[in-house]
Amino acid sequence: MAANDTMTAYQRVQAARNSKRPMGMFYIDHMIDDFIELHGDRRFGDDAAIVSGIGFLNGIPVTVIAMERGDTIEDRMKRHFGCPEPEGYRKALRMMQEAEKFHRPVICFIGSSGAYCGIDAEKRGQGLAIAENLFAMMGLRTPIISVVVGEGGSGGALALGVCDTAVMLENAVYSVISPEGCASILWKDASKAADAAEHLRLTSYDLKSFDVIEKIIPEQGKTEREICSALKKYLLSEITRLQAMPVSEMLDARYGKFRKIGAYQK
Amino acid sequence: MGILDNILGGFSKSPADMPPRVCKACGMEIPYDEYLKNDCICPGCGVYLRMRAYERLSMIADEGSFTEIDKKLKTKDPIKFPDYAQKIDKAEKSSGLTEAVITGTAKIEGHSCGLFIMDSAFMMGSMGTVVGEKITRIFEKATAQGLPVIGFITSGGARMQEGIFSLMQMAKVSGAVQRHSEAGLLYIAVLTDPTTGGITASFAMLGDIIIAEPKALIGFAGQRVIEQTTGEKLPAGFQRAEFQLEHGFVDMIEERGRMRYTLGKLLSLHNTDAAAAAGKER
Ligand SMILES: [Zn+2]
Repeated sequence: MAANDTMTAYQRVQAARNSKRPMGMFYIDHMIDDFIELHGDRRFGDDAAIVSGIGFLNGIPVTVIAMERGDTIEDRMKRHFGCPEPEGYRKALRMMQEAEKFHRPVICFIGSSGAYCGIDAEKRGQGLAIAENLFAMMGLRTPIISVVVGEGGSGGALALGVCDTAVMLENAVYSVISPEGCASILWKDASKAADAAEHLRLTSYDLKSFDVIEKIIPEQGKTEREICSALKKYLLSEITRLQAMPVSEMLDARYGKFRKIGAYQK
Repeated sequence: MGILDNILGGFSKSPADMPPRVCKACGMEIPYDEYLKNDCICPGCGVYLRMRAYERLSMIADEGSFTEIDKKLKTKDPIKFPDYAQKIDKAEKSSGLTEAVITGTAKIEGHSCGLFIMDSAFMMGSMGTVVGEKITRIFEKATAQGLPVIGFITSGGARMQEGIFSLMQMAKVSGAVQRHSEAGLLYIAVLTDPTTGGITASFAMLGDIIIAEPKALIGFAGQRVIEQTTGEKLPAGFQRAEFQLEHGFVDMIEERGRMRYTLGKLLSLHNTDAAAAAGKER
């Protein structure tokens, strides 16, 4: 474990999943002015697990796409506890393409155990929906910044995670598989999830050490207001930096950011 | 050296000396040369058996046309996951491969292309950094040379033993596909049994043309996971190639015996040789 060992990996998993932990809409409410929510994928439906729209970040118009699991139990059911269906990803893609048309930066908030798992989601192309986002985001001609605020669960999280700058809150996690899933497949024992969490290297400090993310926003000893303020400051500096870059250079850097991830020997 | 010498990654002799294959569905023992002649389909019950990468190569590519690249690329075990190094060793020994995909350039019915063929005998065809890197490199090479890419896909998804590195390969390969596509080049994905998880959620679904083999399992979420999470009973034929065709996610289902012919026709219809010639001049 790198840098900060005040919490174990599994404690961070639990913190990331805590039902009181702020999710996407909290950050919209606390950082974005004049937010106008825009609904629907214009194909099939409107997935409440993803909230999207336009607003001002310190006077700069931005498109915001946020995973949201809801508050009350009814709300959470409606939002599938933040697990998007294909329509959620397609809505996100539509919002990104609208942002591209108007040269508006995109900010994505990620916090979900993963893509919604169900017969209907499969029938409507869950895999395709995620794949199309990865493809389109890699070529989207406007800045994208992705912030993991809760649990970044596998491909369902990555579908909002192809970006120029990746940020994690200190206690957020980001993983190819849930620790429980990993433990039950490998060791046939879901109770070994804490071990799996440690081995999967899924904390913000791990990902920063691997150069998979660019920035950690500290949470330890900070109030929600201070966290929001630090995040907002960083988002603004990144938006300024990215908007000053020629688009082709920005896209090359975006591809390069993912291109370099790997470790092999001849 | 003919392609057949290469079957099982080079440690086999001639097909006649290979041990017989046993059909998983009906238990029939099939002499290896007969198995190969029958396109790795069980003559007893007609089931499409899972093909090894070099078997597929011998069925698809023009004899002697394949130039393999990155054959020795191996993982560095990026998160030092418990027992992973031993698992890799074991997979190498049992499969004769160094990873779950072979890549290179080849000709199909006379048309040049970049080719990648996944092999489920190596850790279920799962994608870690090496699989991601090899497929990315063949797309980059094809983009530079103006070549189409044909991919034979079979995979259980992202390889959990490489953690976040595996997940990020989905984005990396999708980026390479995007750049290849933006260059106006053709990518045909052939989905074979099984194609699931993060592979379905990335390059498997990104083909200009998507072909499936009959009855191949193709989906994102695992069947058991769906049943356990939702308590719903899965409909008959759920996530099979025919189901995906009916729901509009694959262009066509093609039999093994006609695959090479069909790929050749598709390459010809896309006039891929012209782009390749221009790529050579560049
Ligand atoms: Zn049989």
